[in-house]
Amino acid sequence: MARSVRTDLPAELPADVPGGEHPDAPVSHEPAPRSAGSETSATSRWRLTAADAARIATFAALTAVLGMPGSLALFGNAVPITLQTLGVMLAGALLGAWRGALAMLTFLALVAAGLPLLSGGRGGPAVFVGPSVGYLIGFVAGAAVVGLIVERFRTLTFWRVLVASVVGGMLVMYALGIPLQALVTGFPLQTVATGSLMYLPGDLLKAVIAASVTVGVVRAYPSASPLRHDAKAPMNLPAASPAA
Amino acid sequence: MTGAPTTTPHRATSHAAGAYVVGRSLLHRAPAGPKLAALMLCSLALLLVRSPAGVGTATLVVTGLYALAGLGPRAAWGQVRPLRMFLPVVFALQWWLMDLTSAAVLSTRLVVLVALAGLVTCTTRVSDLLAAIERGLSPLARVGVDVERIALVLALALRSVPVIADLAGRVRDAQRARGRERDVRAFAVPLVVGSMRQADALGEALRARGFDD
Repeated sequence: MARSVRTDLPAELPADVPGGEHPDAPVSHEPAPRSAGSETSATSRWRLTAADAARIATFAALTAVLGMPGSLALFGNAVPITLQTLGVMLAGALLGAWRGALAMLTFLALVAAGLPLLSGGRGGPAVFVGPSVGYLIGFVAGAAVVGLIVERFRTLTFWRVLVASVVGGMLVMYALGIPLQALVTGFPLQTVATGSLMYLPGDLLKAVIAASVTVGVVRAYPSASPLRHDAKAPMNLPAASPAA
Repeated sequence: MTGAPTTTPHRATSHAAGAYVVGRSLLHRAPAGPKLAALMLCSLALLLVRSPAGVGTATLVVTGLYALAGLGPRAAWGQVRPLRMFLPVVFALQWWLMDLTSAAVLSTRLVVLVALAGLVTCTTRVSDLLAAIERGLSPLARVGVDVERIALVLALALRSVPVIADLAGRVRDAQRARGRERDVRAFAVPLVVGSMRQADALGEALRARGFDD
């Protein structure tokens, strides 16, 4: 009930509240990337605060750890599933588009520097000319898309993060990964696409896990959310008092 | 089973250290930046080679370079080992879709590509490679990118890998003790929350040292 009251609010408020002072996070978030022409917003987007830098570095490391064999014994290690792409979805959902993409770029830089951090112990510059190069580009693009979708909402819910993870963590990754794999291996696109179907169940499962984990993390540690609404309780939101 | 908790930090250390093999060869002493650039050029050139003679020559050259760097078969195998699951499948598919010669040539080329990159990995310290990447990014400073800050993020990430791996090991042990080792959520939520706390403490420490000024 409380949620439906809150979602009605933005439609009513802008009439009497000037857009710039509206307390709603996504509204103030959205114009920033679009008005990139203005000097101040462009420079502030390039600038990383200490908190940003630390979270970006940590999520790069987290993505590396999720790709290590044995970081998770799913079904007693019978299924060689690593959770590396879970790191992509989580980075987008918990850091937002900009910082999520930077976290993935940081991760790829470590891989390029020769650390065997990709799942299967791969690493080094060779992976950027190998068959999975499209998926690696997809790490960055996927995290950005997950973040872009999530940032449109005021709160993180299971279904919202699931949709974002499926679109960003699966569709975007496949859209980049499959054509480039066909290009590098010389197989017809159709063959590669059919072969990639075997990853579909695992990736769907990871999207579900990403959504469930994101919601669980934000509940346990509210300031983990990239959405200001989740991160701290709104101070001057009229709807909060009737709901409470 | 008793050894399980201690394996994670060890593995993490070996991951963080990369596969650098100590040596004093010409390849070891060559600067990291040009090595990376040469690798990129050679890899791209190799992708255009499709003839058996060309791939054969490349194989001989790369083998010679391993010998020059003083790297034995063990170091070489360590670099191409990750292909051992993937390569047979690719080879079989290529044989089926094309012919045996193409399959052999394309598969060999893949091994040569990976071995060549492994050569850079084995002869260059990770810190040198990261410094080379930082220098490579330095032209971006002109468009307003803070390259020093990027270098710091890279160093922080490198340092965080063993820390987070250690955290993952502890979380997994805790879940195992509670008999919930198959519950992915029970593993991932504490891991991510712990990582987030770690990150925010790190951010605070950086800010206290004037990082945001």
